[in-house]
Amino acid sequence: MTDSCSYLDQSDAVKERLDRMKARDVILRVDQLSKTFPAGKSEVTALDKISFQTHRREFLCIIGPSGCGKSTLIRILAGLETGSSGRVLLDGHPVAGPGRERGMVFQGYTLFPWLTVRKNVMFGLRMNNVSRAEAGKQADEWLNLIGLEKFADYYPHQLSGGMKQRVAIIRALVNHPRILLMDEPFSALDAQTRARMQSYLLEIWKKVDITIIFITHDLDEAIFLADRILVLSAHPGRVQELIEVPLERPRRPEHFTAEEFAATKARLEALIHPPREEVEEESYPAVPLLTDVRDSVE
Amino acid sequence: MMLNVSDAAIAPMGAAETSQAVSGQWFRVREKLSRRARILFALASVLLPLSIWSAVSYVPFIWHPDVLISDPGDVDYFMPGMRVDKAMFATEIANAKTNGTTPPVGTPCNPVYLPAPGDVLMAFYISFTTPPQDQNGLWLHQSLCQSIQTIFWGFIISSIIGVPLGILCGAHSGMSRLVEPFVEFFRYLPAPAFSTLCVAVLGIYAGPKIAIIVIGTLFQQILIIANTTRKADFSLVEAALTLGTKNLRLLTKVVIPSVLPDLYRDQRVLLGWAWTYLIVAELVGATSGISLFITQQSRYQHFANVYAAIAMIGILGLGTDLILAALGRKLFPWDRAAAE
Repeated sequence: MTDSCSYLDQSDAVKERLDRMKARDVILRVDQLSKTFPAGKSEVTALDKISFQTHRREFLCIIGPSGCGKSTLIRILAGLETGSSGRVLLDGHPVAGPGRERGMVFQGYTLFPWLTVRKNVMFGLRMNNVSRAEAGKQADEWLNLIGLEKFADYYPHQLSGGMKQRVAIIRALVNHPRILLMDEPFSALDAQTRARMQSYLLEIWKKVDITIIFITHDLDEAIFLADRILVLSAHPGRVQELIEVPLERPRRPEHFTAEEFAATKARLEALIHPPREEVEEESYPAVPLLTDVRDSVE
Repeated sequence: MMLNVSDAAIAPMGAAETSQAVSGQWFRVREKLSRRARILFALASVLLPLSIWSAVSYVPFIWHPDVLISDPGDVDYFMPGMRVDKAMFATEIANAKTNGTTPPVGTPCNPVYLPAPGDVLMAFYISFTTPPQDQNGLWLHQSLCQSIQTIFWGFIISSIIGVPLGILCGAHSGMSRLVEPFVEFFRYLPAPAFSTLCVAVLGIYAGPKIAIIVIGTLFQQILIIANTTRKADFSLVEAALTLGTKNLRLLTKVVIPSVLPDLYRDQRVLLGWAWTYLIVAELVGATSGISLFITQQSRYQHFANVYAAIAMIGILGLGTDLILAALGRKLFPWDRAAAE
């Protein structure tokens, strides 16, 4: 199991909070998980022996360069794909296929366009045989929580991107999953909406007993949201480091300018974009100069 | 230095060129039309062919290859009301001049198979108001009723089989492998080829006619519906999976609702398809419906009536489609925005 790596002195408050978190039950445990795809006669390794665990009420972000297989990883956790080897254990039981105990929020909003907002939220409950009246009541409570009760009878296409994603989040949470998987949920939103959505998400997370695994390629987002950040390397996807974020909670916008924030970001930058060792002059494609072109035409 | 001077000279010209290219475009791909322009173009699409038809019918020097005899004169094989070739008419006039007989008199006219729009409009009215010439013949509206029934039952039977089967093929790979190769083969067989077989099996009345429409529609229907179902947004299925949806509920609660507006559009197209098989179907066994009316009227050379009946089919088809389109907008209020 990869140990958390602390590179910056944590304040006592942060340390105490992280220690408390790590003392809680392990909700999800990923053990030596690998995934290979066939590519012609050979194989491409997308994920190589990934291991980590998340504790109850933890907010874990996964970041990595493109091609590190972070989407594949979360899809395996959701049960939408299967790993080639290794195990994924939820509360100690291996996961097989998708299920309601692992809620998922996708990058595209994936709200059902033919259902109103309320019926979208009710969907998971109805699928699990909760009565219509009870499902409706619970849906309204959740819509109240995110302040969208006025939009209950709207269709998804009448909502803004941020509203849609809020509905998508409570649509997953209404099922009372053990863990919420979020696959770059805010990357399609503009910068201001994204910042607001991050605060919203922390707000909801504070009120609900839920563990969150959140994939992003935005370093600021990861630092602002996470308790710990799992950094993957690319080709193949391997666990590079598990970083504890040395910021207090509740997180506030002021944290973006904190010294700890900058230090964490610098560390992540160094991991994801390692300084180039060689000067790659030779690898530039040869672009013919204008005079060369004229010469070759003549 | 030289380069600088030429650069300065080129720059303003280049700017002028680009601005002209944007404002002076006379052909724009998928340009948004104003409401007025939309109505104008739609009207023109009806009026343009109609005006060509009118011009050919009413302007004497356009086409008019025949002469309608009003007075045969001394030409013994001419009769009043007869249509003869222009050249023949000219020969007879020349003959009359040399022989000193009375020349025939006539006006330029179109062949009997091209009646004027006015005549067709009259025929439209008359064919609905005149009783059938045969004693046990049918009024035009009765013929139409018969045709609509044939279409209706043919399309209903085809849909009852085709829509569920198509959806299953589109949603389930095994089903698709099982059904589609056979359907692909069958859809190339022309429905009229089965007409004698249908009569042998189903008799000469409504049965074989409905069967022809079913054969013509069903196999296309299975493939089209299957293809539409396959286009269902898979990310919605995945979302439903993570919400605990299982087995057939994925089909009934996610796949079908997500493609329902598209299926509805397909059904509209397929209904048009069914109409095109109508005439063939009605000629099978005992001729019936609008086809019977058309064949009888053309036997009497009442081509105005034939055009009226053909136009009636078009009007009925377009009418139902417009009604169904309006109904579709009511049924799927969320659809248009989703298509954007």
